[in-house]
Amino acid sequence: MTDKRSVAIHVPVLARVEGEGALDLAIEDGDITELRLRIFEPPRFFEKFLEGRHYTEIPDLVARICGICPVAYQLTAASALEKLYGVALSPWSRAMRRVFYCGEWIQSHSLHIHLLAAPDFFGCGNAIELAKQAPDEVRRGLRLQALGNELMDLFGARSVHPVGVRIGGFHAAPSPARVAALRDRLEAALPEARALVRWAAAIPLPADDQDFISVALRQPAGYAIERGDIAASDGLLIEPEAYGTHFTERHEPHSTALFSSYRGQPYLVGPLARLNLNADRLPDAVRALLDDIGFVLPSRNMFHSLTARAVEILLALTEALRLLADYRVPDSPWAPVTPRAGVATGATEAPRGLLWHRYEMDGAGRVVRARIVPPTSQNQARIEEDLRRSLAAFGLDRPDDALRLHCEKVIRNYDPCISCATHFLRLTVRR
Amino acid sequence: MDTPGFAKPRVAVHKFSSCDGCQLAFLNLGEDLLALAARVDLVHFAEAGPLDPDADVDIAFVEGSVSTPEDLGRIQRIRAHSRVLVAIGACATSGGIQGLRNGVFDAGWVTQIYRHPEAVASLERSTPIARHVKVDVELWGCPVSGPQVLAALNALLLGVAPRDDADKVCTECKRAGHPCVMVTRGIACMGPATRAGCGALCPGLGRDCYGCYGPAETVNTATLAAQFGRFGLDAAAIAQRFQSINSQAPVFLAAAQAIRGQGDD
Repeated sequence: MTDKRSVAIHVPVLARVEGEGALDLAIEDGDITELRLRIFEPPRFFEKFLEGRHYTEIPDLVARICGICPVAYQLTAASALEKLYGVALSPWSRAMRRVFYCGEWIQSHSLHIHLLAAPDFFGCGNAIELAKQAPDEVRRGLRLQALGNELMDLFGARSVHPVGVRIGGFHAAPSPARVAALRDRLEAALPEARALVRWAAAIPLPADDQDFISVALRQPAGYAIERGDIAASDGLLIEPEAYGTHFTERHEPHSTALFSSYRGQPYLVGPLARLNLNADRLPDAVRALLDDIGFVLPSRNMFHSLTARAVEILLALTEALRLLADYRVPDSPWAPVTPRAGVATGATEAPRGLLWHRYEMDGAGRVVRARIVPPTSQNQARIEEDLRRSLAAFGLDRPDDALRLHCEKVIRNYDPCISCATHFLRLTVRR
Repeated sequence: MDTPGFAKPRVAVHKFSSCDGCQLAFLNLGEDLLALAARVDLVHFAEAGPLDPDADVDIAFVEGSVSTPEDLGRIQRIRAHSRVLVAIGACATSGGIQGLRNGVFDAGWVTQIYRHPEAVASLERSTPIARHVKVDVELWGCPVSGPQVLAALNALLLGVAPRDDADKVCTECKRAGHPCVMVTRGIACMGPATRAGCGALCPGLGRDCYGCYGPAETVNTATLAAQFGRFGLDAAAIAQRFQSINSQAPVFLAAAQAIRGQGDD
């Protein structure tokens, strides 16, 4: 920066994110003096109106926190309550919960890659423009997204706010004929998902090496999705019940989403954090493709998040196929439930990262108090930290438009779901 | 609207307080999304990319409920710039699940969750779009479905009024041949009071409808509530059946108030 100007850029809406947020950026004398991710999605007070509701209603109510990842909310709540109530899910229910969740990962990741993130890297304003440049790739992405939706539909009768989950399992089991038909299409999509991973990995990305802590669920075997203990890249491994003793939330006046921190520091959740911690848990075929394309893990470049999503689409397809291979209809798709008083805690990997729920329940099965920590609020502090470092590396003397686009790219790496975190983005730069 | 075919129709999708799920009726269209983009000019749709909130449009789809002081002005501007305004989803047609705060909200809600309550702008009530401006078409449902939105859009593009099916979920259930869950299982199903449109998804899985499409026309909520009582639900549980996704829809609100024996809001 050669001059000593003070500049302000104002971007009233950040497009291609889920929900409503803004960014304030002030640069004075070549230094960032203010950088705030402002989330002003109106709060919807879910934790308050869950109080007094019956446990049987919780999956349908919490789904409404997010239209893009309702399964994550439903299954986190269900796993928490099932643990409290001592329900042993049948092997069928356990497997199908994971398949159901895989459908949401495929849908959400495909939507994010093609409709929200990729246009940035091709100089396009949106996916419709990108489809003129890369028609086959965009159509492939939309087909994968549709397939994810169908997998959710298989168990939930619709993909937005599905209605199939009940505490203890599912309301009904899909017929073998429907499963067989979908299995053929999942099989046919495998080469498409592999091609997607290669395409994503070939997109020229900024080199942006940063030090950060990754946090994700981890299991003794298999890639953690619908269950697991909470692991961090510094070696932490705790049960979900201990989350509150290691992670804290605070409210900053510029955001209606709460900020989370781990040992006083920002941390990362989401696809890249998961791959960083659980690369050794990937199926061999997925691992082999990563070696082949030279995708080295752990990665300290947040721009690898797009590739990480593509990898997880392939993983989710592979898992769904494995679990549906010997599909049969169970004697009962659910196990009986007897409510009792106590605290129910659950954690799963939503498409955007760790999702944690805690419910104090009374003896009649009603909610006394609820607490929900969504992935985007956990990433909020990390996004601000990333923007500071990434902008400094990018060069603060660049034109306003270039700075703004760079900020948006950085933010989209996190696939922020501001609806979840409460919600949209405006950028104000002053310098 | 102008005569179809005269020019590429201009369409906007706006968001208010919501989960973003009804916009997915567009974003989940798969390859049809590209076909749609070839037929209409999507001038504002923040989640998909195009940003021009104050552009004049032929059709504006509005998702979400009015729940902040800023929303009050924004919905007026959208109305002024739109020939046809379509409210989509439970939030936009009834106030949505966040309408559960209406009548019970107090400042304590904010202070319990937020350390800086003065920084959180929220109206005490979450209200539907039609409470604030003239709405030309309401599409009920939590969420609305892709076919439902496309059918309405196609009708509007052809210059006719979209078909409004306010019949009950029961009619869809019978047509689909699902056994009635009330009769065969004694489950407190909201189907007899709920608007059709979903395709009776819940009874199709052997479970209760929970009213996510809002009230149907000419429903008898008192009789339904009495039947729920015979299934063993107490008054509070019966009231909660009506106080869920569409708690502020007048018919459901009146039913819940009658059960609780209180006339205040």
